[in-house]
Amino acid sequence: MRIIVLIKQVPGTADSRMDPETGVMIRDAGESIMNPLDEHAVSEAVSIKKSHPGTEVVALSMGPPAAEKVLREACARGADRGILLSHKAFGGSDTIATSRVLAAAIRKVGDVDLVLAGEKATDGETGQTGPMTATLLDMPVITFVHRLTVSDKHIIAQRMVEEGVEELQVNLPALVTVVKDINNPPLPTIRGYVLAKKQTFPVWGPADLEIDAGVLGLKGSPTRVVKVFTPKLSRQTVFYTADTEELASAAAAAVLKTIRERGLVKRDE
Amino acid sequence: MSDLEQQPRVMILAEIRNRQIHDLTLELLAWGRKLADQLGAAVDCVTPGVEQGDFNKLIQGGADRVLAVRGDSRDGLVITDAARLLVATIRAEQPEIVIAAATTFGRTVMPVAAARLATGLTADCTALDIDPKDNLLLQTRPAIGGNIMATIKTVQTRPQMATVRPRSIKPGGLDPDRRGEIVLRQYDIGADAREVLLSFTPDAEQGGNLENAAIVVSGGKGMKSKENYQLLEELASLLGAGLGATRDAVEAGWAPFSRQIGLTGKTVSPKVYLAAGVAGKIQHLAGILTAEYIIAINEDPEAQIFKVADLGIVGDAPGVAAQLIQALKARQADGREN
Repeated sequence: MRIIVLIKQVPGTADSRMDPETGVMIRDAGESIMNPLDEHAVSEAVSIKKSHPGTEVVALSMGPPAAEKVLREACARGADRGILLSHKAFGGSDTIATSRVLAAAIRKVGDVDLVLAGEKATDGETGQTGPMTATLLDMPVITFVHRLTVSDKHIIAQRMVEEGVEELQVNLPALVTVVKDINNPPLPTIRGYVLAKKQTFPVWGPADLEIDAGVLGLKGSPTRVVKVFTPKLSRQTVFYTADTEELASAAAAAVLKTIRERGLVKRDE
Repeated sequence: MSDLEQQPRVMILAEIRNRQIHDLTLELLAWGRKLADQLGAAVDCVTPGVEQGDFNKLIQGGADRVLAVRGDSRDGLVITDAARLLVATIRAEQPEIVIAAATTFGRTVMPVAAARLATGLTADCTALDIDPKDNLLLQTRPAIGGNIMATIKTVQTRPQMATVRPRSIKPGGLDPDRRGEIVLRQYDIGADAREVLLSFTPDAEQGGNLENAAIVVSGGKGMKSKENYQLLEELASLLGAGLGATRDAVEAGWAPFSRQIGLTGKTVSPKVYLAAGVAGKIQHLAGILTAEYIIAINEDPEAQIFKVADLGIVGDAPGVAAQLIQALKARQADGREN
């Protein structure tokens, strides 16, 4: 079985910047890390490999040359190899343009049974790239998965929805996006780091993927950021101190008054 | 009739849960109506796979037409089916705009459909508007953990697609005199490469539906113990509120992951958010950005949560929670006596 894990490099801190002119995220600012949910996707792939001998786990990441770092981390966590999708033509891609690159790369890797990805990335927070990539590959997608059972021909996935859990079965190949609850990723081992250090990562651009640059990058992206602004947080906070029981009681009364004023207290029976 | 056919269209994808039309659809209709009225357009509401439902309610809520579309199979409606039905409907009706809810349903069906149609999609918008200069849809969403807002346009391709966050608009109310059309349609969507729903297990706990709750109570590390966190279960039930937790509280094992609010968990937009013992890390704040009113209880007066709070209580969070429970119970007892 061959499993592909889609990995994104995201800003390690929440203070990354956006170019105010083009609205494109500036990705080389500050320290970058692997998108936290992608760690769960890698761990899931590696644990499937343990129960399915002969499985190969391939990490794919589209990003700047520095994204090689997250591929190396994926290998330290147990992925067998990694491929970097990097070219200036990819810059400024929105979710569909990104999905075109990922889908083409998955096709080029070939013979893929399962694609795993984090449900969303902490920077863009769209959760769209997984379902879009699956669609371009004509694969069904199961999102928000928190339990996954893999057989040779199909998977059974539990999907967390608003009011409960759906259990779904689908034949392979398929794409699955995972939520945090799926596993508890172990830290990479020393041996993992040593093995990963020796890895080299091929870099694929539009020519390798045989895609027309016109459908990639900013030019190939149907969406445009037209304005960026900082939300106003002009809260006029009213403070209460509650360091005695009476004061706590008064504070509680103020809270309930506020809630009542907003028409939200359940009617008294 | 011919007028309607030449009119531009704004399409709403009804929120479907368990093959039923969910009330969140009324919020989507409110958005649809607002945009359509600016464009002089009609509102179509698509209800994929719904066999039985109160379609008239959708008309009363703002739809000009309800497009009750279904495929040929009757064995449940999975995401793949819903997306194929939506694509078929969009191809037939050629709407300018398609809006769905930013829920597990909308956030999966819409990217599948947008990829199939090779058009733009903006996730999790908090505001939608029409640019009067070019009649294009202005899609505004939080970016980079909610630190900034970005307004996005789909310039060339059609339709312009967006998912909107629940509670980002007030439903417009039902007008019993509104007239509209209910159109039944069947599309051949095939049965290949689709997932099969084996079972659905509803959440055991009450008020588990955090995303739609008008009040959300949540607890963080400052609740100090699992027992103290459980005070919030009682408080939430007395208030009829949804119950949430910070990542720290979930990692401490006080609450299941399904309650986690923030960047790697859920996003909520309640009218009142009551944060008990929540420090207010940026990752958590990203999940409560559109809460209307924020009440924070924390013993650290410098806690970051107070920077976004409307009402701040500096004090022991479990102690104040206990006082709230006491006060609510006293009020209930009074109510019964009167």
